[in-house]
Amino acid sequence: MSGHESEPGTNYLTNGHGLRSWLLTLDHKRIGILYLLGVSFYFLLGGIFAMLVRLELLTPAGDLLTPDSYNRAFTAHGVMMIFFFLLPAIPGIFGNFVLPIMIGARDVAFPRLNLLSWYLFMTGAGLAMVSLIAGGVDTGWTFYTPYSSTFATTAVIPVGLGIFINGFSGILTGVNFMVTVHRMRAPGMTWFRLPLFVWSQYATALIQVLGTPVLAITLVLLVLERAFNLGVFDPAKGGDPVLFQHLFWFYSHPAVYIMILPSMGVISELVTCFSRKKIFGYGFVAMSSVAIAVLGFLVWGHHMFVSGQSVYAGMVFSILSYLVAVPSAIKVFNWTATLYRGSIAYQTPLLYALGFIGLFTIGGLTGLFLANLGVDVHLHDTYFVVGHFHYIMVGGAIMGYLGGIHFWWPKISGRMYPEGWARFSALVLFVGFNLTFFPQFVLGYLGMPRRYHAYPEEFQVLNVLSSAGASILAVGYIIPLIYLIWSMRYGKPAPANPWGAAGLEWQTPSPPPSYNFEQTPVVTEEPYVYSHEEAEVV
Amino acid sequence: MKLSILPEQASSLAAEVDRLTWFLIGMSTFFTVLIAVMVVGFALRYRRRDPESVGSRFDNSAPLEITWTVIPLLIVLFTFFWGAKVYFDLYKVPADTATFYVTGKRWMWKIQHPTGQREINELRVPLGQPVRLLMTSEDVIHSFYVPAFRTKSDVLPGRYTSIWFRPTRTGTFHLFCTEYCGAEHSRMIGSVHVMEPDDYQQWLASVAVPVLPATDGRELFADLGCANCHRAESDARGPSLNGLYGRQVELVGGARVRADETYLRESILSPARRVVAGYQPVMPSYRGQLSEERMIALIEYIKSLEANPTRVASAEDAVRP
Repeated sequence: MSGHESEPGTNYLTNGHGLRSWLLTLDHKRIGILYLLGVSFYFLLGGIFAMLVRLELLTPAGDLLTPDSYNRAFTAHGVMMIFFFLLPAIPGIFGNFVLPIMIGARDVAFPRLNLLSWYLFMTGAGLAMVSLIAGGVDTGWTFYTPYSSTFATTAVIPVGLGIFINGFSGILTGVNFMVTVHRMRAPGMTWFRLPLFVWSQYATALIQVLGTPVLAITLVLLVLERAFNLGVFDPAKGGDPVLFQHLFWFYSHPAVYIMILPSMGVISELVTCFSRKKIFGYGFVAMSSVAIAVLGFLVWGHHMFVSGQSVYAGMVFSILSYLVAVPSAIKVFNWTATLYRGSIAYQTPLLYALGFIGLFTIGGLTGLFLANLGVDVHLHDTYFVVGHFHYIMVGGAIMGYLGGIHFWWPKISGRMYPEGWARFSALVLFVGFNLTFFPQFVLGYLGMPRRYHAYPEEFQVLNVLSSAGASILAVGYIIPLIYLIWSMRYGKPAPANPWGAAGLEWQTPSPPPSYNFEQTPVVTEEPYVYSHEEAEVV
Repeated sequence: MKLSILPEQASSLAAEVDRLTWFLIGMSTFFTVLIAVMVVGFALRYRRRDPESVGSRFDNSAPLEITWTVIPLLIVLFTFFWGAKVYFDLYKVPADTATFYVTGKRWMWKIQHPTGQREINELRVPLGQPVRLLMTSEDVIHSFYVPAFRTKSDVLPGRYTSIWFRPTRTGTFHLFCTEYCGAEHSRMIGSVHVMEPDDYQQWLASVAVPVLPATDGRELFADLGCANCHRAESDARGPSLNGLYGRQVELVGGARVRADETYLRESILSPARRVVAGYQPVMPSYRGQLSEERMIALIEYIKSLEANPTRVASAEDAVRP
């Protein structure tokens, strides 16, 4: 068993060599690295499909790819980015690596289950990827019936099975993290002394455990319908294709909160550290994560306002969708207030955090357009929606992800990354991102539909701007890939606490030993204590 | 190359939708700028000058939390109510609106005017008059979208969905399929032509219509044997269809349903699903025997049957266009 018996003077990276010690590891930190490798691969692959899409859209005519190839390209992009990058990334990498250390634990509650989660991810993702590339799927990542169940001639079943298997990875991770937080906190680490990253991971785990099984069932029904013509989604047999949409979105809406909540948790860590100030409104920020997780299960019908769903159902879903926006707004205001009268250093993680706050605000506000019944009729299934979710997922979730990568990189690798290049690429990303996705809001209101291979000429200028932005965005992602790999060999060795941050993970060496702590820490004070003055009471 | 920011407003509701959008844009811009100014401002103002300095202990304020919870809540509630009202207007069809039939099929739009004229991928409508589109799909889910009218609806197999609009400007406007439907999804497009009423009438007259849909339907009603059961006599095996359209129908089991086009269609294809109270479930299904065009003809005929005909209903009844 490899994981916690340690050679003296080793850290988790050097304690045990060879492929077996990695592929059979039970150390949460090594499993985090395994996830890092896996999701990075799928991020790059998903990005290649995005480049194909944006290249095609440079011209109004469908002249680069055949319609079938284009449809497979945008499907592959969506499936890989959502299921094999955004969903597993922060829980799999930082949830695994950092969460146990943050609570003063030696590992997660179920280390073997943790390793199994990674294998389920790799197996499911691998099956789906091979099918996406070999056969291809052209249904979009949303797999709407009856196209996907009756008419598509592509590899829907193997891709569906791959996603199904991958879902169990998330369920097991969710169970693991919940039990870990309940049962393995160090003495003195009460619930309201937990770092906010832990709160957000806990809320995420709730969604993973309760929501993912619905996706599993939906995919099973789809596969059975396709293989045996059951008729669940076929009106000729008394079924209803819109039922698929209800089932699919019942999971897939909460899924977007699985993708954003962990990132929000990262932002809380970054903002407090780089302001050297306790996060403003700790209790409100913690509870807002839970509120988002709960309310997030009640809004799925806002994807279906024009689906033939009843007008009254639409009203219920719209008002609930507006309510779920409020906790996110509370977070944004609390992060902003944390900066007020802080002591702010402009290191790269903070730049990503500030980028997140701006871009997530825009993305969230455009969500209010889509939650609005009167306006969504016009905007549904247009590029406005594409712009909205990319602002949240790329401008939000990925910025948080990169901020976390830079923040915890010294801890994970024992090396500092080059600060100059890191700041530069953060800037490149911010510019490239806005150029890529802001024009899409305009395109959407002008009426350009989603998933169009060819489009009317009057939409070309905005598409060219968007594609130009995408090439800049690509550069912004490639630069960190290069310097992070470079830093593993040539980066300055990192001290235990390069940022002067509060939090138990900074009490361990960089990189930590396999067993995390020599002695179980005892927690005696509130989190994020930077100043030793009396708290101001307002 | 043209560069425009808003599509044309060509329907009676387009301006209202745009007004709501401008409010959302204004509100969003205000909050984005507010947050950006604060974030950048604080980052500059509170820059760490001394490497040892830490932030203050101002990290908690119930009044502030309540303020920035309640104000966003009020704003979103206001936005919700305004949007719900516009949504209602978008989907509530005014009385006496002419019904056009639309059939979506991979990858074209088939349109039929109330008086039977047919078009493919083009929809001609008269200026200033409300139009209702009753839509169904022959295969997968499509979506009928006219950006200039600010309205759309998904188009489903097995049932009817509808939108309505009143055109306020002549011209030619984009029609897009906007629910992904396979290989040629981006070519399932067309045009809506809004014409002066006289030009529209001229166009109608210029297109040959072999027979009015309802007349065609009357023949089908006889040919398919519907008249054998659906008669006005009290001992008939099926309920009379006179005046049925638009009425509330009581079903076996006590439920009630409004006899709209979807109900009529369902009763023809899956008659056992909703049986009229007082009758046996003996009606056979006509699934597979009716194209969408013939379904429309039958439905139009049934819609034309008056509640109290001046004489006993028969196949010779004059049919209202």
